[in-house]
Amino acid sequence: MDAANYLYLSALLFTIGAVGVVVRRNAIVVFMCVELMLNAANLAFVTFSRINGDLNGQVVAFFTMVVAACEVVVGLAIIVTIYRSRRSASVDDASLLKR
Amino acid sequence: MEFSSPVLNYTLLSPMLILLGGAIIGVLVEAFMSKALRPITQLSVTIGSLILALVQVWRIRNDQSLTAAMGSVVIDGPAVLMQASILIISLISILLIADAQQFTALAASLPGSEEERHALQSGNQVTEVYPLTLFAVAGMMLFPVSSDLITLFVALEVLSLPLYLMAGLSRRRRLASQEAALKYFLLGAFSSAFFLFGAAFLYGYSSSISFSGIRSAVVGGSGNDVFLLIGISFLSVGLLFKVGAVPFHAWSPDVYQGAPTPVTAFMAAATKIAAFGAMLRIYYTVFANAQWSWSPMLIIIAIITMVFGSLVAIAQRDVKRMLAYSSIAHAGFLLTGIIALNKAGLEASLFYLFAYGITTVGAFAVVTLVRDSAGEVTDLNRWKGLGKRSPWVAIAFATFLLSFAGIPLTSGFIGKFSIFSAAYESGATSVVIAGVLSSAVAAFFYIRVIVLMFFTDPVEDGTSVEIPSSLTSITVIFSMIVTIALGVFPAPILDFISNLATFIR
Repeated sequence: MDAANYLYLSALLFTIGAVGVVVRRNAIVVFMCVELMLNAANLAFVTFSRINGDLNGQVVAFFTMVVAACEVVVGLAIIVTIYRSRRSASVDDASLLKR
Repeated sequence: MEFSSPVLNYTLLSPMLILLGGAIIGVLVEAFMSKALRPITQLSVTIGSLILALVQVWRIRNDQSLTAAMGSVVIDGPAVLMQASILIISLISILLIADAQQFTALAASLPGSEEERHALQSGNQVTEVYPLTLFAVAGMMLFPVSSDLITLFVALEVLSLPLYLMAGLSRRRRLASQEAALKYFLLGAFSSAFFLFGAAFLYGYSSSISFSGIRSAVVGGSGNDVFLLIGISFLSVGLLFKVGAVPFHAWSPDVYQGAPTPVTAFMAAATKIAAFGAMLRIYYTVFANAQWSWSPMLIIIAIITMVFGSLVAIAQRDVKRMLAYSSIAHAGFLLTGIIALNKAGLEASLFYLFAYGITTVGAFAVVTLVRDSAGEVTDLNRWKGLGKRSPWVAIAFATFLLSFAGIPLTSGFIGKFSIFSAAYESGATSVVIAGVLSSAVAAFFYIRVIVLMFFTDPVEDGTSVEIPSSLTSITVIFSMIVTIALGVFPAPILDFISNLATFIR
């Protein structure tokens, strides 16, 4: 199969993630959409690795997974703290900081 | 299959290794040391590692190497200058962070809960902010010296993740502080995804993750240009987000306002140096030959950033938000240094970053001092007549504001003058005109605050100026001296920068 199709898939996943971040209101869902975008980038890295016949892209994918895991730790810590103090994880409810 | 062990030049990497080591010691201190000894131990470990790292940076100032870590880290003159600026700014901001009054006693407790009250009364202050700061500083030191895409991405996350947490540690107005952390985190993660996607396409374009490989692909021009353009634009989105350029600025006023002020000071000054450092390296070396692809886009972004930042700052009633919008405008001025793409532009940017960083920390240090019984007073209306009540603090703040405005005899003037003249030299006249005009607009609101402080009668509403602790006074006095010294005798430091400021490729 043509490797370019994986690039289209990656672009599609990235777009779905980006749209999700913009339109969804629950912080957890927004965060999952960000993870989807990171994985779309991973797919692009691996595909390019295959196209270019170079292993570095696959190494990047591993690093990205580790970094994404760290991001989950920090992100969920922040979201859970917000949820405990507000009883809501909606990004619209958090609006104390307005001009 | 044979594996060869990597060759690392530990001397050149030592500033970053010292900081990471210090941070890990800080985590252990937090876990095992008795509560009474913790704050002073953490502060000494943090300051000690920052000073050691600064000494190391000074010792390697004339070294140049592309292979400090198997081609992943490049050490050269600009790298040393950026690392030294980041360290000096972290040193003076850590003196502000040492003020435990600003930080929540127990970040995990619910705001207003019994648990929180208990932690406050028993004096069991957690001090995790110190190791977090050190991790962030280590990431910032690595970010502008990375020379491949993996290192760049990892450094970006190492500098960002601790900052997301630090934004949520405020003692007063905890809900707002947590909200700032959430916003910073979600938007920061969003922009890192763009950054990574751009990196993937640069890899696809050049089939190399190292900057030198991408650079030779750009110079050769044989790859698929669509990949290059997608790569440049998505990577730029990630970087422009970190520096807070319009239209990627939405997080910065909220985070600046919600985060504890010492953290805001650190973040505003040091993150800008790290992010602009990486941008300078990437645009000056990797993308230099594709200048016609990115320069028009950056010119437009620089102009709207300067104009938007300056205009919106006028309408602000909160001093931290005003400084946030002013930092957006300054991001626009700094972008002109990247657009200039010549040696003068690089020197001017390095000088500007250092001068602006010091002034920013000083300004936020003053903000921590103006308080009432409920904590800091950031409403500008309540700063009326500050000059009559506590002239020294008001004079310090006025100096920083004049430097932001770029009035002669302050460091801001030299910075703005050199960065605009470098951009003019390279032919980017439109940016220079927009820059000078928006500087004039910006001067209006800085001077309005000075008038408010000195020529308005004080209102009796319980606002008072805290007697600064000795650590905070050191920060304010040091920032003031540097701001004025760089404005009056800039020649030695300009010469020093000019001798070192050449990227090696």
